[in-house]
Amino acid sequence: MVNFGYTTLPTHIHDMDKADLGLADSISFEDSSFNLCIACGSCTSTCTAGAFTNFSFRQMCHQIKRGENSQAIAESEKCMLCGKCTLACPRNVNTRNIIRLVRKANQTI
Amino acid sequence: MNLHAVQIPFHPFVLPFTIGLIFLVFYIVGKWIYWVSQFSWEDKKKIIRGFFSLKTPQAIWEVFMESLLHRKVFRRNALLGYMHMSLAFGWFLLIVFGNLETRFFTHGRINPPYIPIFFEFFEHDLTSLDYGRFFTFTMDLLLLFVLSGVGLAYFKRFRSKPLGMKNTTKHSTIDRLALTALWLIFPLRLLAESVTAGLYDAGGFITNSIGTFMMTFLPIQHFYYPSWWAYSIALGAFFVFIPFTRYMHIPTEILLIFLRKYGIVEKAIHSTYTQVELSSCSRCGICIDACQLGSDLGIVSTQSTYLIKSIRYDQPTEKLIDSCMACTRCDQLCPVGIDIASIRANERKMIQLFQENSYKYINGYEYKKAKVAYFAGCMGHLTPSVYKATLALFKKAGVDYNFIDRDGSICCGRPLQLAGQEDAAKQLIEKNIKLIENCGATVLVTSCPICAKVFTDSYKLKIPIYHHSQYLLMLAKEKKLKFEKSDLQITYHDPCELGRGLGVYDEPRELLGMAGKLIESANSRENSLCCGGSLGITNISHEQRNTIASITLSELAADKADVVATACPLCKKTFKSASENVRIADISEIMLDAVQENANKIQSEFVQEKEIETIHN
Repeated sequence: MVNFGYTTLPTHIHDMDKADLGLADSISFEDSSFNLCIACGSCTSTCTAGAFTNFSFRQMCHQIKRGENSQAIAESEKCMLCGKCTLACPRNVNTRNIIRLVRKANQTI
Repeated sequence: MNLHAVQIPFHPFVLPFTIGLIFLVFYIVGKWIYWVSQFSWEDKKKIIRGFFSLKTPQAIWEVFMESLLHRKVFRRNALLGYMHMSLAFGWFLLIVFGNLETRFFTHGRINPPYIPIFFEFFEHDLTSLDYGRFFTFTMDLLLLFVLSGVGLAYFKRFRSKPLGMKNTTKHSTIDRLALTALWLIFPLRLLAESVTAGLYDAGGFITNSIGTFMMTFLPIQHFYYPSWWAYSIALGAFFVFIPFTRYMHIPTEILLIFLRKYGIVEKAIHSTYTQVELSSCSRCGICIDACQLGSDLGIVSTQSTYLIKSIRYDQPTEKLIDSCMACTRCDQLCPVGIDIASIRANERKMIQLFQENSYKYINGYEYKKAKVAYFAGCMGHLTPSVYKATLALFKKAGVDYNFIDRDGSICCGRPLQLAGQEDAAKQLIEKNIKLIENCGATVLVTSCPICAKVFTDSYKLKIPIYHHSQYLLMLAKEKKLKFEKSDLQITYHDPCELGRGLGVYDEPRELLGMAGKLIESANSRENSLCCGGSLGITNISHEQRNTIASITLSELAADKADVVATACPLCKKTFKSASENVRIADISEIMLDAVQENANKIQSEFVQEKEIETIHN
């Protein structure tokens, strides 16, 4: 069983002034529910793919918001689009759509 | 004019009609030959084999019933059916009778096609000839029949509701022009024939009376040539418009019916058959009303008819392709029988978002060994009450089962398929096939219709696959489970994937009938409504899904049922979030309550689940 990620992460300094927030902006524009995430981790805990690998929708959202787009895009590929997280999300984030938008960004980049 | 002479009568006004007709005939024949030549060799063999079999007369019968009588449209709404039938069948009869009439009066001579159409122009007074009155009467009656349809069509533009249509298709300019030409043909024919009948005191009961009436206050001798010219131009214009407009469905639907009878189906990518289907769409708009995105959310610009139109002429937009719940309600209602679901699915496949090795991380995983394998699926895991009840019933029936994905499974691949991600879905399907084959089961039972659909269609497993409602019914029939019927009023909701997807309508009903009294809702079976939770759509919000769910639920619960029964964990979950005061339960839960020893215990699963929820919170 993979740890859900509630552990201490190594020190990570991120300069938001230099971050590329293009993907975050385009996703918020296409699907505003992206902004509703409170990072509770319900999506990650119910994730079918998360049972086999350290894929985490919550973490992917964080990466996008930090501008770590290439990591986020690489992560998004592990998703099986099963849709459990959409049902589990207490904030009604349209998770499947966000995954698709991230995957589409991969094609345009 | 002496018709018995060898010389064939002619007048320049027949030219617009004749040119239009020649163009149309050449176009259609050319197109049909092109289409048939483009089919794959297998399909061609099917066509040849089918042509010399009983399928040909069957197809001719279907052409008669659908293209002329419009049986399917009649089933939808009698007035709408009458409108289409009077136009198609009426026009057909006019052509047949017109030809018979001309052949009869010209003693069997083969005439150019304009002679029967404009016969009254060339032979003013038929009433003096033998059987003349019979023919003029019949032709007038048929014209009245067609005109009644045209009148209804005018009326439908202003008020479509009496004809059973809330929304009608928004047509492009060229379609409107063609429509105008079509609408003018028969009134102009009436005018031309009436004027002629008035001037020569001939014609049938309608043309004669209108003609004589017009004579009293109008200088109709001046209308004589212009009216025949106008009639010919309207016909010619309509014929020229046909290939470029929705009216291409008139000739193409005939070809489609034959091809379908010969066993040609949609492939995994767009094929020539798709081309035929695209041209067969009449843009009648029945799919617009069928779509819950339209009726519940007011999205009326993305329905199948618009998608088909945009694939036919240019590239459809992403929004057009994505805005569909894949519930396939419109498939069932399409009067032409176009395989809309496959066309849309193939259109979605154009963009593959996942790479070949997306899921290489799934390794060294195994399902549990089992004789009767029970697969809850992703959605099943989110609704533990469903699998708990199902497994409790299995235990009572003494089934040697194993819950193969108790510790998690990989997704069945159907959600990816619905999103058009065929490559990614294939990876999961291949992995899952191996896992299921390795568990050595002889039967596979699943609680999730989404899984059941892909297991049946794409897995090609050698063991039988059942939805739990089917399997529980089998156990009940083998007397392994005994239920006690109570006075519980149950409304059953057909999940899209189980009902329209797999054609399982009767088993759940038969099973529920053993537990209580079944009430059918207004839209059940093939017409059942989607719960709104569909995995086929990603671009609607949770609020919009909730709106669909509450509208569907209010219809299901309208008959004051005690419980709304579902057979799909996703439907159950979606309904639950839309309403708190309607009891929603899976079939297995209702059946568990009805098992003989449980029946007298007044213990509702509804209450149990509320407790589970409070614990979780």
